[in-house]
Formats: sequence, structure tokens, C-alpha cells
Amino acid sequence: MNLNIEVNNNVLTAMPGDTILDALNRHGMNVPTLCHLKGLMPSGACRMCVVEVEGRKNLVTSCSEPVMDGMKIQTHSARVIESRKTIVELLLSNHPDDCLYCERNGSCELQKLAEDLNVRERRISGNKNNYKLDVSSASIVRDPAKCILCGRCVRVCEEIEGVSAIEFVGRGSKTFIDTSFNHGLNVSTCVNCGQCIMVCPTGALKEKPHIDEIKTKLADPTKTVVIQYAPSITISLAEEFGFKPGQNIGGIMNAALRRIGFNFVFDTSFSADLTIMEEASELVHRITTGGTLPMITSCCPGWVKYAEEFQHDILPNLSSCKSPQQMMGAIIKSYFAEAEGINPADIYSVSVMPCTAKKFEQQREEMTQNGISDVDAVLTTRELARLIRLFGIDMDKISPELADSPLGTRSSAGKIFGVSGGVMEAAIRSAHYFITGKELIKFQVNAVRGLAGRKEAKVMINGLEIGVAVVSGLKNAEILMEEVRNGRKDIHFIEVMACPGGCINGGGQPIGTNEESLRARMKSLYEIDEHDAIKVSHKNPYIIELYDKFLGKPLGHKSHHLLHTNYQERDVN
Amino acid sequence: MKSKVEEILQQYPNAGRDSLIPILQSVQESLGFLSEESVVQVSKFLKMPASKIFGVATFYNQFRFTQPGKYHVMVCRGTACHVLGSATVLEEIEKYLKVKPGMTTKDKIFSLEVVACIGACGLAPVISINGEFHAKVTTESIQSIFETYRNREV
Ligand code: SF4
Ligand code: SF4
Ligand code: FES
Repeated sequence: MNLNIEVNNNVLTAMPGDTILDALNRHGMNVPTLCHLKGLMPSGACRMCVVEVEGRKNLVTSCSEPVMDGMKIQTHSARVIESRKTIVELLLSNHPDDCLYCERNGSCELQKLAEDLNVRERRISGNKNNYKLDVSSASIVRDPAKCILCGRCVRVCEEIEGVSAIEFVGRGSKTFIDTSFNHGLNVSTCVNCGQCIMVCPTGALKEKPHIDEIKTKLADPTKTVVIQYAPSITISLAEEFGFKPGQNIGGIMNAALRRIGFNFVFDTSFSADLTIMEEASELVHRITTGGTLPMITSCCPGWVKYAEEFQHDILPNLSSCKSPQQMMGAIIKSYFAEAEGINPADIYSVSVMPCTAKKFEQQREEMTQNGISDVDAVLTTRELARLIRLFGIDMDKISPELADSPLGTRSSAGKIFGVSGGVMEAAIRSAHYFITGKELIKFQVNAVRGLAGRKEAKVMINGLEIGVAVVSGLKNAEILMEEVRNGRKDIHFIEVMACPGGCINGGGQPIGTNEESLRARMKSLYEIDEHDAIKVSHKNPYIIELYDKFLGKPLGHKSHHLLHTNYQERDVN
Repeated sequence: MKSKVEEILQQYPNAGRDSLIPILQSVQESLGFLSEESVVQVSKFLKMPASKIFGVATFYNQFRFTQPGKYHVMVCRGTACHVLGSATVLEEIEKYLKVKPGMTTKDKIFSLEVVACIGACGLAPVISINGEFHAKVTTESIQSIFETYRNREV
């Protein structure tokens, strides 16, 4: 049964169980929020979303208050507006005034609130916040001085990622967000997923920048500077330049990267195909030889570090495959270097990732050959946009180009790695072929598609029932691992991504990513898969060539050396 | 041999998160402070992230995270002491010892703590060092008080 409420003297319907905010939003009415995070329990901490409810003495926080039949609500009375404005003025009173130098200048929610609430003079001034920057992490920079204590990062880290690396520390006016014992993020449990950056309203959290180093290397004539980009980048980058969400601007991006000065432009979807060759072979090998099952994917470095910290006992279940970024890096500095006659030490290898954890992964000591890193620097989608602007490239005017051959050619199976369920689907397609020698009749595995945090399916291959599960958000992974530990035997293969929905929602994606843009990005990836001719990794002609000319066979000696890795237990807190 | 913390934890079979504060209190009583190691042990015991425990513990003034010095200095910040200038006294002591409340001097001789009211208002402003009260402290008397203790060390 629907409820009737009266909002600003108009009668509106609401649904039982709605908060006031839900009901307002459904009718296209906005009230500002700050601590509120869609899908998580309301915390009611910031009081930005207050409204006036008839019969109630105090203003009510609309994000946490359930609607009741007959409620009379004022969303923009003088009292309400004044109250919201005062909150913003208080938040500004101790905020460092360096918007012009701030990463989030233009995308800051505090700036927007000040603008929307017409804060145009400084009525309240306090001592400016003064905290040390935390630059200890390979992936994330924290600037607690800019923190307005909304608590969103703390809740995402705990409720979505199950990590709780950061917490409110201290009390009263001395409260701030920090790790346990005020140690740097690098020695905390942080898995570098960057989901905290995605929810932070201000410049208090950002990625560790790699742009400057790349600029220097681009200017160095002794270096061959190459770049690879992850599957989702060709789509999510579009939003940074005002194209509509979901638009694939891969061709334009290839051209832009060449204008910037990258000598070779490669597509990480190629090495995603390579990952599938190795990983699907590994799965088949484990299933047919009684190896450790369920096998779990290892392409998400957030998940890998999480497993190393919290799930030691399942480390043998992790696929030994390096991630596509690292496989590409290893192939560039071996196969490609050899073919082009370049000394690997003279190659500077950059990747563009939707991910902050890739910056950590790139620095792992396992990810080197003879002391040379597989990958030298990692840009997030946001940083790539900055680099393109820095070099004055007009994305509306340049004509699309192709990536470089052979490491720029992919199947669409490699492309769908960008969304939760994609790795699974690509692996099933090839595993089916490896076991039966035949292609699937229907390539789509709909049960593992979509943005749900947990998806499961049963796939029949040669009369063998294979159980698969796909989770995103490490809290969901934790729950599933517990089930496996408690004896679930019907799952043979698990895909885990730290970011909810997969890489399209990675911690390096454009600020302001929301459900709508996620759906558009996902749709676009699956459309590419729909239209492309080569839908399976093992049919990528350049992958076949790579094995013929260089690697030999999947899981062979060279693969083992270049494309596989191992994991270490980590004792952190 | 069981560590002190393990012995404490043993007294809390099937403990849940609601036992956190009593456990931390016992640990502090036994160790004199909450060491990192002890917090990690408690965290594993209660299956609660260490950051959460640190967050909770820093919320309360009663917990300290550094080993107390040989002489533990408590500065009273109760009303009577406040009226008679305990703020300045605290400031002077901080300057003299070069530590903030909750910290221990580098030589591990003094640690500093601020308490709400020691219950010796007649002596205000008052400080206590290892339980010995020093009455009507002034900025001038601070140095000589601390020197007496330091001299015992050489
Ligand atoms: S990067 Fe991820 S794990 Fe690290 S603090 Fe942020 S949300 Fe938590
Ligand atoms: S760091 Fe950002 S998200 Fe976290 S509490 Fe501060 S302002 Fe909020
Ligand atoms: S958004 Fe409702 S209290 Fe913060």
C-alpha cells in the first residue's frame, strides 16, 4: 500500500520502507547530502539533508528518517536552508583554502555545496586543519587536512570491502581518519582498491600520481615509451571528455596517445586473451588432475592482497597467472623487445588502468625479470585524462587510429574482462574448447552478467557439471570463501573483483561514477562482444602466433617463467 | 609461557565486541599501556579489525599507547586547578619535557598524562608524579620538581 505525504504543500506518494530522501528523490526533488551513501546503512552524521517535519521540534535527517503516512515536510524552508548553509560554513572554516591547487577543483562536493547554498562570504573562521600527508602507500595519497569527516571512506572500506584499514581516530574536534596506530596506509590492511577515493567528496583522498615521471621519460630520446590500456578505459575515458557514458572512444584514444608521444600503443585486452589461455588451461589441468579447487582468479590486485592478508589458507586456490597488465608488461620486455631489437632496459612501459591497486601490483617484487620491472608506471583513467589535457589534445577533432600490432589486437573475450563476470565468461568459452575441441554454440553466459555482487551458474562441459561463482566487493568474497571453507563442493571456479561491478567501477575511474554510468559502460562492453567476429581468446590470431613463435604452449616452460607468479602471506593490521 | 595479554584474554571465553573496553582496561592495567602487539592480539581474539580497536581506544582519554616512563606525571585539569592556572602549568611541563600528554620522553624517564580531577583541590594547581603530590605548582617551581626526579637517575 502506498503512503501519501505532503511535501512543500504538494501531495506525493511514497512507498512503505522509504526514507524521506528516497521518496523525495523518486519525485525528482533533491536535498543535499554528504554522509549518505546509496545502498549502505544511513549514518545520519552530517545533518546536511535535514528537512522540517510538521509536529517535530527539531529538524529531521531525511536520509535516515522513514516516511509515515500523512507526514508534512518542508524541504527548503528558510530554517532548513539556513541550517544547511551553516554546516557548510563550519566545514569551510577549518578547510585549507587551496582549491586552485586541489586535485578535486571542479569535482569537489564541498565546493558544489558552497555554491548551491550561496555561501559567498566567510562568516566563520577557524584554525586551518593541519595534518601530515600520508604518502606511504604505492596507490593512495591521503590528505586528512581536507577531510570533512563524512565517514564514507570508512564505511566503504568496512562494509563493501571488508577491510577496515581506516577508522575515525580520537574524539571531538581532534577526530580524524587514520589507520591503526597512525601508521601509514602502506603497512595497514589497505588493499589499494581506491573505492574510498571514489566516495570521498573532497580532495582528501587521491591516487599516487605517476604523470611527472612519465613526462620525463617521454622527453628522453634514449627511451622507447610504450603504453597499454585496460579493457574498460576506451569507454570510461569518454566521460572525462564530455562524451556520453558508454561511448567507446578507443580509436580516438589511440590517436591521442600517439600525439602525446608514446612510441607504441598496445591493448591490455590482448594480454587478457593471453591470461585466458593460461588460466583456462590451468583450470582444465586442475580439474582433470585433481588439483586444488575451486580455482580462484588472480587478475585483481586488490583481491590478491586481500587474500594474502585475510585468507592465507586459500592462497593455493589462487590461479598462478599474473594479471593481464603484468603479462603484457612481461611480453613487451621479452617477445616485443626481441622482435624490435630493443634492449628491455631501454623500454619504459606505462599502463592505463581503471585501478589504483595496479600501482601497487606494478611495484611487487615478484613482477620483475632480472631486476627489470614488467611495468614501469601506471596511470588511472583520471590521470590519463589529465595527461591528454596537458598535451593540449582536442578529443573532438582527432581521427581514430588502430592500436599497434601485434599486441594491440584482441578478441572480444579479452574486452569483457572490464566488467564483473567477464573473466569468467571468457574462461568458460576457452575451457569448453580446450576440453571438447568444440566451440560453444551460445557464447553468452547470462547468469554471470550484471552488476549483482554475487552471481552463480552451473555450466555443462562434456557431461561434466562445472560450478562457477562471481563476486565483486571483497565483503562478498569473504562470505563466499567462508562457504567454501565450510564445505561447499559444488563450485570449481571463482572470479573475484574488489570493486563492485568490476573494473568499470574501479578506484581509478572518473569521479562521479554512478549506477547509470556503470550500466552504460557494461552495456557498451557487451555490445562490443555482440558485434565482434572473434569472441574467444584462443582464436585471436596474434595469440596463436605468440605461442607458435615464442611461448610454445600454455603452462609451458616460458609461460611459467614470464606469465605466472606466486603469493605471500602478509601479516598486517 | 603465556603472555600477560593471553592470560587476560583467557578470562573472557566467548567474548564478543561488548567486552572490548573491559579487555582493553585489563590490558592497560597489566602492561601500563596498550602496546601495538596487544591491540593486534585483542583484534585477533575478538575478530575485530585493529583499526576499529584503535579508533575506539583513542576515543577515550583513559587509554595510552606508549610505554609509561619511569616516573608517570599526572597533571590535574579539574576545575579548581584550572582556575588557578593549570593550563599554563601543563604548557610549561610540555615545553620542559618536550612531550605532549599521552607521550613518554625519549629517555623513557617521564611520561605525561592529563587527568580530570585528582581529588586534591586544596593543593591546586596540583600534579602527581608516581603518586607523590606536588602542590601549588608554578611555572617557576616546575624545573626544580623535575630535576629532583632526574637527579635520582644519575
Ligand atoms: S583503498 Fe580500499 S582498502 Fe584501502 S583504505 Fe581505501 S577502501 Fe580501504
Ligand atoms: S577522507 Fe573523504 S570520504 Fe573519508 S571522511 Fe574524509 S571527506 Fe569523507
Ligand atoms: S546525508 Fe543525511 S545525515 Fe548526512
